[in-house]
Amino acid sequence: MVLDSLTLFPEGIAHYLLGGLLIGAATAVIYLGTGIAAGASTFLESTLSYVSNRERFQQFRFVQSRDWRLVFTVGIVLGAAAYTALSADPWFVTEVSPTRLFVGGVLVGVGTRVGKGCTSGHGICGVGSLAEASLVNVATFVAVAAGTAQLLFALGVRP
Amino acid sequence: MSRDEGQTDSAGHGGEGRHPLFMPLVLLGGFVFGVGLAVSRMARPEVVLDFLQFEDFGLLFVMGGAALVAGPVFHLATRSGGRAPLTGRVYELRRKTLDSNVLLGGVVFGVGWGISGICPGAAYASVGIGNWPILAGIAGMFVGAYGQGVAREFLD
Repeated sequence: MVLDSLTLFPEGIAHYLLGGLLIGAATAVIYLGTGIAAGASTFLESTLSYVSNRERFQQFRFVQSRDWRLVFTVGIVLGAAAYTALSADPWFVTEVSPTRLFVGGVLVGVGTRVGKGCTSGHGICGVGSLAEASLVNVATFVAVAAGTAQLLFALGVRP
Repeated sequence: MSRDEGQTDSAGHGGEGRHPLFMPLVLLGGFVFGVGLAVSRMARPEVVLDFLQFEDFGLLFVMGGAALVAGPVFHLATRSGGRAPLTGRVYELRRKTLDSNVLLGGVVFGVGWGISGICPGAAYASVGIGNWPILAGIAGMFVGAYGQGVAREFLD
């Protein structure tokens, strides 16, 4: 296989880089204004604190942050919707089966909470902070995810 | 509870002492975050799965580009020794303790990401691009987070 830019980046890199810079800028703006290194996965536990009386979810850090985490998440949905409505990119519906999404989602829910963060918390804020734990976490989940995705593909799971 | 998970200082996360612009800024930040996820197409599970199958390495530019902007800002703000204007919080880097949970969580998250192509932030943005089946994935995340919370209550 010839490794040129077309095989590595068949869709180009411009939109990837632009999207990454915007995500980084959003993280930086929140950090500069509030001192909070915002991750997207704590939203799961903090939102559960509205509906579960379990001590685990009623911790101070969840109850105290649940309102702004909800606002942050609503912002993410609105931003993606506004972009899609106003740009040439079409509305999108995945062909990945709901079963795959659900099963993967359960593991993502467990893994981000056990591992103290996700692609934004560890991947952006943690890596940006050059935190050892985040570098280890990201290297681990990228390697495991690549292995998993290729195994499923080899087993003929489509799409 | 370890301190690094905490962020339990009264400034910043509490209802008291928040600046009126706190919520608007968080909303704006989330909005730009969501635009970025849509622009990069990372909100599409297919794009993530193409990356994980080594068919398109573009996602490296999403994570790299984001860390490239956030990293210097985090470090400069921390070095300034200042406090965030809207909360009074001291700027601190996001450094969690490296323990076996970080590794175990990374493995479990990796299997889930590899199966579904979704992670939390991208999944929320996916709702915004009209991808309604992603709700099954988000439901799964809540089930997983709830399950691990209950399990931890018994383990701790």
